[in-house]
Amino acid sequence: MAKRSAEFGTLYKGSLTGQLSWIAHRVTGVGVLLFLFAHIVDTALVGWGPEAYNKVVGVYHHPIIQILEIGLVGAVIYHALNGIRIMIMDFWPRSVLHHTKLVGATVFLFLASMAPITYIMGRRVLERLF
Amino acid sequence: MAVATRTDGLPTPRESRKRPGSGFELWSWLFMRISGIVLLFLAVGHVLIMHVMEEGVERVDFNFVAERWGSPFWRTWDWMMLTLALLHGINGVRVVVQDYVRSPGGRIAWNSVFVIVGFALFVLGTIIVFTFDPAAFRM
Repeated sequence: MAKRSAEFGTLYKGSLTGQLSWIAHRVTGVGVLLFLFAHIVDTALVGWGPEAYNKVVGVYHHPIIQILEIGLVGAVIYHALNGIRIMIMDFWPRSVLHHTKLVGATVFLFLASMAPITYIMGRRVLERLF
Repeated sequence: MAVATRTDGLPTPRESRKRPGSGFELWSWLFMRISGIVLLFLAVGHVLIMHVMEEGVERVDFNFVAERWGSPFWRTWDWMMLTLALLHGINGVRVVVQDYVRSPGGRIAWNSVFVIVGFALFVLGTIIVFTFDPAAFRM
């Protein structure tokens, strides 16, 4: 161990939690980017007047789209929280020794924020349906 | 310590990607962190304000945008978010392309698609954010 840290420093060598965080960061990042492309176009339609804009934005008021919207909000929040974890590990390298705990904290904060958000947004979907 | 360099840029199997020491990749790495910190406020704030608070996206229509963009504060917020999110996202997807597309031509093709689409949307978004005038649509 001593030899290894002399050669590499405190180097993260991979783990299941790390691998899952990495793929989740990637999937949420690409997902949000693809939505961003669509969202710039729909927002730009305000420049074509109320009729065009309201018609297209009305799509976001559909209950199925609103369920997907909860996923979008979750993707942004996960990517943000996991990004903070990456920066902590980048700028404070010794924190990689507590890597599993950091992943645990990220997942905990994600679930703790998504619980009320899912309730608030989910209730709107149900109110629209029934 | 001499290691054989593989064509995909990773020195040996199971070794982590080295933090870039200089040049474009260092600035790219730094940009991702700085834009990430700013987007923590801009994008997460945007999502909470527009999708969670009050009636969420159900209250969003032409009049809502007209009123909101009556304030230069929100126009600036939205334009900064547009710019940083596109740069952050396209730079991120460049790293993803590097991982999954092996041929140099394929990488150029995929990266070009994202850069061209991103630039076109940046121009479109910038024009709308700064030139939108709801008065033009009032009788």
